[in-house]
Amino acid sequence: MSTLSLIIKQIINALQLGSIFALIALGYSMVYGIIRLLNFAHCDIIMVGAYISWYFMTNFANMPYLAVAAAIFGCTLLGVAIEKVAYTPLRGSPRISLLITAIGVSYLLENTAQLWLGAAAKSVPPFFKVTTLSFMGLSVSTTSVVTIAVVTVSMTALTLLVQKTKMGRAMRAVSEDSQTAQLMGTNINATISFTFAIGSALAGIGSVLYCCAYNQASPTMGSMLGLKAFVAAVLGGIGSIPGAIVGGFVIGLTEVFVSSIGLSTWKDAVVFLILIIVLLVKPTGLLGKQVNEKV
Amino acid sequence: MKTRKNLPLIVKYLIVAAVYALFLLAGNLLIKNKVIGLYYTKVLMVVAINMILAVSLNIGTGYLGQLPLGSAGFMAVGAYASAIFMRKVPIDPKLIFPVGIILGGLVSGLFGLIIGLPALRLKGDYLAIITLGFAEIIRIVILNIDKALGITLTYGAANLKNIPKTTTFTNAFIWVFIACFLIKAMMNSRHGRAILSIRDNEIAAESCGINLTFYKTMAFVVYAFFTGVGGALYAGYLGILNPSGFGFAKSIDILVIVVLGGMGSMTGSVISSAVLTIVPELLRAFSDYRMIVYSLLLIIVMIFRPTGLMGTKEFNPRGIMDFFMGRKKRKEER
Repeated sequence: MSTLSLIIKQIINALQLGSIFALIALGYSMVYGIIRLLNFAHCDIIMVGAYISWYFMTNFANMPYLAVAAAIFGCTLLGVAIEKVAYTPLRGSPRISLLITAIGVSYLLENTAQLWLGAAAKSVPPFFKVTTLSFMGLSVSTTSVVTIAVVTVSMTALTLLVQKTKMGRAMRAVSEDSQTAQLMGTNINATISFTFAIGSALAGIGSVLYCCAYNQASPTMGSMLGLKAFVAAVLGGIGSIPGAIVGGFVIGLTEVFVSSIGLSTWKDAVVFLILIIVLLVKPTGLLGKQVNEKV
Repeated sequence: MKTRKNLPLIVKYLIVAAVYALFLLAGNLLIKNKVIGLYYTKVLMVVAINMILAVSLNIGTGYLGQLPLGSAGFMAVGAYASAIFMRKVPIDPKLIFPVGIILGGLVSGLFGLIIGLPALRLKGDYLAIITLGFAEIIRIVILNIDKALGITLTYGAANLKNIPKTTTFTNAFIWVFIACFLIKAMMNSRHGRAILSIRDNEIAAESCGINLTFYKTMAFVVYAFFTGVGGALYAGYLGILNPSGFGFAKSIDILVIVVLGGMGSMTGSVISSAVLTIVPELLRAFSDYRMIVYSLLLIIVMIFRPTGLMGTKEFNPRGIMDFFMGRKKRKEER
């Protein structure tokens, strides 16, 4: 294999990893945009999604579509439930209390999963037969192709949803100024719940794609994945949808690049270093909007 | 009441110190006579370490009004600095331990300065994320530096072993006292009021001539120093260190203590570090469920009491004496 095709192969790997990060980062970003909350429970929603896929794939192995649908539906339901039970009562309180509640929810989900299903990782059967496609001397696994395709479709759908529909307009309005939006007749509670539903549904898709790529589910799988996705969201500019996508790809590329030059133990440090440099140069992230402070 | 008010400061301090010394003596006596067993002595040491960590994080969150999530990183720096020093120095570890602790604190404070200067340009959530990033970098550097430079300093993932176990009930609680005393003294001074004014309104504080960068960095360095002290005590308590113990979750644990106690309340931090360390130990009988109970507790307290258990209140509601007298009196009963 020539150097060029090796490089292209690594780039495709990076795109696959980056698109999973981007998908999860979107969930963080949308929730942050609308209620200014770093939703620590988001990474555990992914974990729950992975377990749902595991359950359906081991019990109904011939119906992968069912597993995918169940994972997405389950995550959506869970996200909205968390929002209703744990975050809505705290709408008016200091933001840090909300943050601690999110941490509490995250611990709760992690420990419940651990108690119920054990600490060991479960192996998820493959959703489809993984083959290698050859194209002009390049070999690419179907998993990469499917992942990249699914993420592209979801991103396009999301962008259309946010830009073109009435609900999308409501979401943008609430994130800009929730009080004014309420005065204009937007139903704030419904909009926030809808945002959580969309973010969690994306987490569901992300969890299925993660299972496709790594074939396992464990109670703590969310924490590092979530932290990286969160970094991606901040890197791109939290609250911004294209920012999350850019951030995800930057993180994916960095990780694959650092690993491929043989420094895989340092990859997390490099990711955080990039984050720090970006924040110091442009404190709102790559595509974040600068908000002026009023005195 | 009146006479008390007129007591000179030094007498007040002496009374406080005497009362605290009594508490230490009583604790020691109970431990010597095995009324408090070895296990509970260890729990008490962890309580003390958590108190130091929480009280120092409280400077950053409660007093400065920022959200630093780097406690684990500073703790790791303090722990490793003091542990490496203690292993290398051939003097009786019991004698040299205070030097080790202060060294841990100083190295950590230095890191606080290096990290704080750039990081404090950011605010709120961004500050939280950048300190989190620095803490993770510190952990990964400790994990990999030996292999990268070909030295044996931290032993990376292979554990730093044979650290003299010099942390005791007495010296841990003496450091709790030192930390609380110095932080309280700082907060009652001019500098402390400057820090509080930054929390209340940054722009107004700046327009009154308060040097934001200086005071923010100062608060951050003090936070890093005492977190490093806590880390050094932690190293002397465990006797073995591994970078994986200083992950993101550790910072979160300490933040939870501070927020649950009430940000800006030192009493709150002290009480909640005792409660949140002891409750999981008591729940050990139901070990499977204890983390679930813990997380539910967290959610419920936040929903019903979003400002934390103590709010910003200190123990002494009448404001007759400064908080320090109050806290000691609680132990002696009022």
